[in-house]
Amino acid sequence: MNWISNYVRPRINSLFSRREVPENLWTKCSECGTMLFHREFTENLNVCTSCDHHMGITPRERFHALFDGNVFTEVDVPAPLDDPLHFKDQKRYPDRIKAARKDTGEREAMLVAEGKIGRTPIVAAAQDFSFMAGSMGMYVGNAIIAAAERAVAAKRPLVLFSAAGGARMQEGILSLMQMPRTTVAVQMLKEAGLPYIVVLTHPTTGGVTASYAMLGDVHIAEPNALICFAGPRVIEQTIREKLPDGFQRAEYLLDHGMLDRVTHRKDMKDELVTILRMLTGKGPAVMGDLPKPEDVVETKEKPEDAPAKPKDEAPKT
Amino acid sequence: MTNYLEFEKPLAEIEGKAEELRALARANKEMDVEGEAAGLDAKASALLKELYKDLTPWRKCQVARHPDRPHCKDYIEALFTEYTPLAGDRNFADDHAVMGGLARLGDVPVVVMGQEKGNDTKSRIERNFGMARPEGYRKVIRLMDLADRFGLPIVMLVDTPGAYPGKGAEERGQSEAIARSTERSLNVKSPVISVIIGEGGSGGAVALATANTVMMLEHSIYSVISPEGCASILWKDSDKMREAAEALRLTAQDLKQLGVIDQIIPEPMGGAQRGRSESINAVGKAIEAELKALKKRQKGDALLKERREKFLKMGAKGLAA
Repeated sequence: MNWISNYVRPRINSLFSRREVPENLWTKCSECGTMLFHREFTENLNVCTSCDHHMGITPRERFHALFDGNVFTEVDVPAPLDDPLHFKDQKRYPDRIKAARKDTGEREAMLVAEGKIGRTPIVAAAQDFSFMAGSMGMYVGNAIIAAAERAVAAKRPLVLFSAAGGARMQEGILSLMQMPRTTVAVQMLKEAGLPYIVVLTHPTTGGVTASYAMLGDVHIAEPNALICFAGPRVIEQTIREKLPDGFQRAEYLLDHGMLDRVTHRKDMKDELVTILRMLTGKGPAVMGDLPKPEDVVETKEKPEDAPAKPKDEAPKT
Repeated sequence: MTNYLEFEKPLAEIEGKAEELRALARANKEMDVEGEAAGLDAKASALLKELYKDLTPWRKCQVARHPDRPHCKDYIEALFTEYTPLAGDRNFADDHAVMGGLARLGDVPVVVMGQEKGNDTKSRIERNFGMARPEGYRKVIRLMDLADRFGLPIVMLVDTPGAYPGKGAEERGQSEAIARSTERSLNVKSPVISVIIGEGGSGGAVALATANTVMMLEHSIYSVISPEGCASILWKDSDKMREAAEALRLTAQDLKQLGVIDQIIPEPMGGAQRGRSESINAVGKAIEAELKALKKRQKGDALLKERREKFLKMGAKGLAA
């Protein structure tokens, strides 16, 4: 019952609801207010065609655009305990999760997939800001560990797209423990000699920035993304002064030495391919939108060395 | 002069009366007040027991933040000999919110470090109330490098409201510094012991609490966010900190049940602030015992692997309904 209501039903809903989106829907840019033709907007990867403002994009949409031939295989993430603290604020935590699943059609705040980009095999993980602000709880921790384990087993680089308000308060201390847990995942990659690239997207804050998002071999950010440990409001309250323009934005961090690059979303794929192929000693890449890889059957099938599905996969009731 | 917490007000009254009586008797030799004062003492001690028998999470927060509680510096001075402070991050500055260096515990040379909150206005400002900046976390990394290079055990004492949320701290990479210090603590071959002696505030604490053995004093707290912060975000009302403290499960007892910490060190009746040396000694004994146990398991990178495994497995246990 739980599995069906929590997982299968939202997926089915999302399939149908997506088809219901009319072609002529308009989207308003949250920065400059320009009304954007929905189809053009999504074709431009949710970047405003007028002011270049990078709006949120779901992991599924991002992966669709990222992987060659729009093909990727999801990597299984072991389900954590539901509501380990029996947390209740104004709402019960399980109700908040249920609502987020219904709204997004996703199981949780991170999606892990494997496939090829520019004919380069990778594992990718992307955080979903639309799912409870992408907050890092047990599931996100499990997802990063699963991604790292898969990358190590298949000897592929890991590309991680971060987006989160921080740790998931409703999991209390267990969300904080995802900082060391995900750090161990990053260490697995480093010790296996595999590249770990972090793409920081708007916003990446709190405990997420203070763990896996700042431990990459290469840090790339999307333009104007807010990246910080303490949010600007907290800092203004603490130091009682106005912060400079652009404070804690991607370009500011680039200036202060915390990032390697700030890259437009439409150039991200080519840049990732270029960097990854050099880091892994492969020849120059074929760029652009590539058709489905010929050996796609292989990548779609579960390779033999895939981590076994853990026994606690079925969510607890 | 005892600093009373809000919930200790009734206690303050009784103890105050007893004190007044005794003061009167001292001024007037003919008065015999001892009987009455002893009665008040008994009443006070019964009330103290009653108050501390079952502290609510919010009251624990208040006790954990009590200004008279022994701080990092008190523990280091009392428990270690030959303490030799080492300073600086070799990059920008020396952060006084984090103190640490070489010292001996018994005969054993160790690297000891922790956040220090300060105990009067001047030292609190100098220590930035125990809120470290990136330099502090980079000093932690340096000290861990040193310990690792010479095979010295690492002892960390955690007591911080959190990492400092300031402009300069952000510009110099607060997140990166915290991330790297956590990473370093998961890379050390030496035994690592951590004791949360007061407040374990979020990301600023986790960097010093990624250890083989994490212990907590009975009335200390360890949380992903302060109850006040959580209340203002989830309840949209910072006055709901009692509810938030309850929901966050930040007490040593809950964290032990969750498997996040390994051991609870008991505090004297009325909290560490009422029995400072007793608390300090209890912490010392616990560290010494753990150090012995860890040394037995220290072979190659066995403790490093153990530490990583421990954190990977965390979260398998929930709280009983």
